[in-house]
Amino acid sequence: MTASHVIQLDNISYKINGQIILSNISQQVQTNSITTLIGPSGSGKTTLLKLCNALISPTNGQIFVEGQAIDTFEPTVLRRKVGIVLQQAPILRTTVFENLALPRRLQHQTLTTEEALNALIDVGLDESFLMRQATDLSGGQKQKIAIARTLLNNSTILLLDEITSALDPQSVHDIEQLILKLRQRGVTIIWITHSTRQAKDLGDMTWVLMKGELVAAGTTNEIMSSKDSRIQSFLLGRTP
Amino acid sequence: MTYTPLALTLIFVLIPLILSRTLNLGLEKDTTIATVRSVIQLLIVGYVLKFVFDTEHLVYLLLMIALMITVATLNARQKGKNIPGITWKLAVTLIVVEVITQGVLLGFHIIPPTPQYIIPISGMLIGNSMVLAILFLNRFSSEIEAHEHEIELILSLGGTPKQAVHRHLTKAIKASMIPTIEAQKTIGLVQLPGMMSGQIIGGADPIQAVQFQILIVFALLTCATLTSIIFGFLIYPSLFNERMQLIKNSFI
Repeated sequence: MTASHVIQLDNISYKINGQIILSNISQQVQTNSITTLIGPSGSGKTTLLKLCNALISPTNGQIFVEGQAIDTFEPTVLRRKVGIVLQQAPILRTTVFENLALPRRLQHQTLTTEEALNALIDVGLDESFLMRQATDLSGGQKQKIAIARTLLNNSTILLLDEITSALDPQSVHDIEQLILKLRQRGVTIIWITHSTRQAKDLGDMTWVLMKGELVAAGTTNEIMSSKDSRIQSFLLGRTP
Repeated sequence: MTYTPLALTLIFVLIPLILSRTLNLGLEKDTTIATVRSVIQLLIVGYVLKFVFDTEHLVYLLLMIALMITVATLNARQKGKNIPGITWKLAVTLIVVEVITQGVLLGFHIIPPTPQYIIPISGMLIGNSMVLAILFLNRFSSEIEAHEHEIELILSLGGTPKQAVHRHLTKAIKASMIPTIEAQKTIGLVQLPGMMSGQIIGGADPIQAVQFQILIVFALLTCATLTSIIFGFLIYPSLFNERMQLIKNSFI
């Protein structure tokens, strides 16, 4: 692994109750890049993100983060370094501010109103949301709060699981701009998306997962022009 | 009480048996087994207690209490067989509750240090702790199942297992204590407690019976609080592995 690789997956497999979810995945993620992760539902994409956030451990193989084996990190430290926003992440039954303050509270620190406001602006919301009841917000707004909450951990690696799937077109645009801005700030992003447009427009690299196997990985242009019939079928919206 | 009126109490067994047969409830076998078991168990306990009371030997007293704790532990563990270390966690909880409550009762000379007082009070405390532990387990399991994603969220943000379950642990502790507190609010108004009733029927002065009942009620309050909190804090780490990952279905 070179210094430019912030995450390295070394022959990763994951099984649960005898069922293979991921099989022998080896790949690297370049520092300060956007890697889009595409593939049909149930292909193991979310599992791969959870492995990188150490919410689960691989059955076989090893994951390295910044050159260090993931299982040698203190889990709480690793999870702050490698942030994750899961699809439809839970929102606490309290105000937006309290939701945003959660990562700090877990470290026995406080969040200032200014920091909370900046986090809201980052995801395209304004100060009027700060003291609103988070559970009263729309699905898209809740998703934005979940993203802002994870960003407040100042993670250097961000794992995003279909975070725009519940958003309206304007919100999708806001989040895409935010992702580009995060990369400019030096954050490395792995992003599960079902949109090939997003992969084309934003992804530096693209990985294609199918039935737990990494069938292709390369620059997004390489993947989009792949001759592999399984990938072509998927990109055209057909079941491979 | 002589054996004739005691035998006549079997009418209270015959009534459910006849009703079960008439309405095809299918409870005849279970009712018969429960009746025979309760008679045999109570007779054995009666003779054992008589022996322990007569000898007043510390070893027999401790053996009786150990037996109560063992049976309560084995019974309560059935509700969470798959939880790693549940047996010792239950046993430790019951022992701590017994030591603290009896320590206060005996240490401050609230009750005389004789088996006649220690054994029945221990029985009430350990039995209550056992029920509390089962109530706690049921509630805590439901809480975890219903809020699995929230627990995972806190872990994913860098929270510790304790931070991840704290809210659900507190809710389960409170919920398991509510029946004890509610029962205490209506005590004497809705029903006369068993021990007090027994003493009054046995010919004791009602005021003295009430005094002992107050003692028991207060002791049970501490017992409930200690059981839920000690057992709760001993049991929640079983939900996680050493990598601070939530073990799915660990309480099922």
